[in-house]
Amino acid sequence: MENISIQSPIRNPMSPPILTATNICHAFEDGVPVIDDVSLTIERGAFVALVGSSGVGKSTLLRVLAGLIAPQRGTVQFANHGPIGIVFQRDNLMPWRTAYRNVALPLELAGLPAAAVEPRVLHMLKLVGLEGAEESYPAQLSGGMAQRVALARALIHEPSLLLLDEPFGALDALTRERMGQELLRIWREMPVTVFMVTHSIPEAVLLADEVLVLGKRPGTIVARVPIDAPRPRTLEDQFAPAAQRCHAVIRAAIGQ
Amino acid sequence: MKKSLPNPVLTTLISLAVLLLVWQCIVWIGDYPPYLFPGPLAVWNAFVFMVQDGRLLRHAAITISEAIPGLMIGCALAIPLGYLLAKSRLAERVLSPYLVASQAIPVIAIAPLLTLWIDSTYWSRVLVAVLVVFFPILVNMIAGMRGVSAELYDLMHSLKATTLQTFRRLEFPAALPVLLAGLRVGATLAVIGTLVGEFVQPRSQGLGFLLVTARYQFKTAEVFVVLITLGVIALTLYGAVLLLERRLLRWQRVV
Repeated sequence: MENISIQSPIRNPMSPPILTATNICHAFEDGVPVIDDVSLTIERGAFVALVGSSGVGKSTLLRVLAGLIAPQRGTVQFANHGPIGIVFQRDNLMPWRTAYRNVALPLELAGLPAAAVEPRVLHMLKLVGLEGAEESYPAQLSGGMAQRVALARALIHEPSLLLLDEPFGALDALTRERMGQELLRIWREMPVTVFMVTHSIPEAVLLADEVLVLGKRPGTIVARVPIDAPRPRTLEDQFAPAAQRCHAVIRAAIGQ
Repeated sequence: MKKSLPNPVLTTLISLAVLLLVWQCIVWIGDYPPYLFPGPLAVWNAFVFMVQDGRLLRHAAITISEAIPGLMIGCALAIPLGYLLAKSRLAERVLSPYLVASQAIPVIAIAPLLTLWIDSTYWSRVLVAVLVVFFPILVNMIAGMRGVSAELYDLMHSLKATTLQTFRRLEFPAALPVLLAGLRVGATLAVIGTLVGEFVQPRSQGLGFLLVTARYQFKTAEVFVVLITLGVIALTLYGAVLLLERRLLRWQRVV
């Protein structure tokens, strides 16, 4: 059993962790184990990335943390019991709703009156750079724009924890880089803790305070790599020697 | 260079004119007596006569007043049951054998029983329409519900949506395209079902009654008028559903 603690040097190291997972084990319905004894804590305000090869159970772990699946063993403690925000691999928007109404959904479900919804949705669309696209349907949006709508929807109800499941995996490389930078900007502007699953090592190192490495199946956390590079970070930072050293450490851990 | 197609209204009118001309020519050349095979002119005359003495509209109104409630009641029963069958494995396992078996029995065979059991002429016909409409709408409701994306369910779950919220904001709109396709089929079937009901119980009202009496009296031109009227009613209902679809599924046509 290993206990991984992530401490952000920037954000409130004194407050209790926002999420604590203890000895999580989970197997598929056919009995094949996916996650084996994973424990982790996520500090409030941190940006944590989880990397690993395809099929080692990254998404399953995220779904356990999100409360979407109950683990067969172990516990997940979420400090706030408040809402969480999730961004899925594909944009997962409702095609029959406009961008505006997709973003408004969490507030509608919470029972907010339309008058209170409108300024918040407009502000959030502006924050993700989608001014003027309010009345567009998802089919009319590019992949990057659709993922921005999904991000806005995940943040509109001001969740304390944002879970991202390979959010930019379906985007082209250039869009992906730009979205990463946008995400950092939004993270600076909002008091939100981020847990992001990705298969891109450079992306993880560029964005996160801490990178967790999920080893081969059944997945367990084989390394935690703190990323001390100062913020704000730019795209060029991924070529810095320190970043390159982190890439090598993480790559070695994945290969174990 | 691509030549643009002529006006659709124009092409329809021309094809209709050609059809009527060919029909009339066949009658002229074959010299068929009107009770056997009336030409379009004879049918037109019968139509004018039936409109003038008020029979056609009166009976058409009765048939429509049976078909539309039949369609609506069919939906009101099939949509909730489809929801239940799609949501509950147990309900599906228990009910689906009976539902499938019931479809193996033609409605025309059940209809006489219904008229025996139900005193009201009107309701026995509505019920036949309900039976005909029910199944395609049920099947499409189930298919539509099955098509709802698992990830959108995850989203609703993560937002702690209630069952009702999930139905209203996810399941119903997601199933709507398939459901409306079923409703389109159901709209034409409702007219057929009503007619079957009128055939087995022709108590002096409805287009089915008009059809049967015209046939007994060898007024074949009147039979044609009724058939065409039925076609127009079915097409109008179909068109109404199509309009509803265009309004509700605007998002499908934005690209």
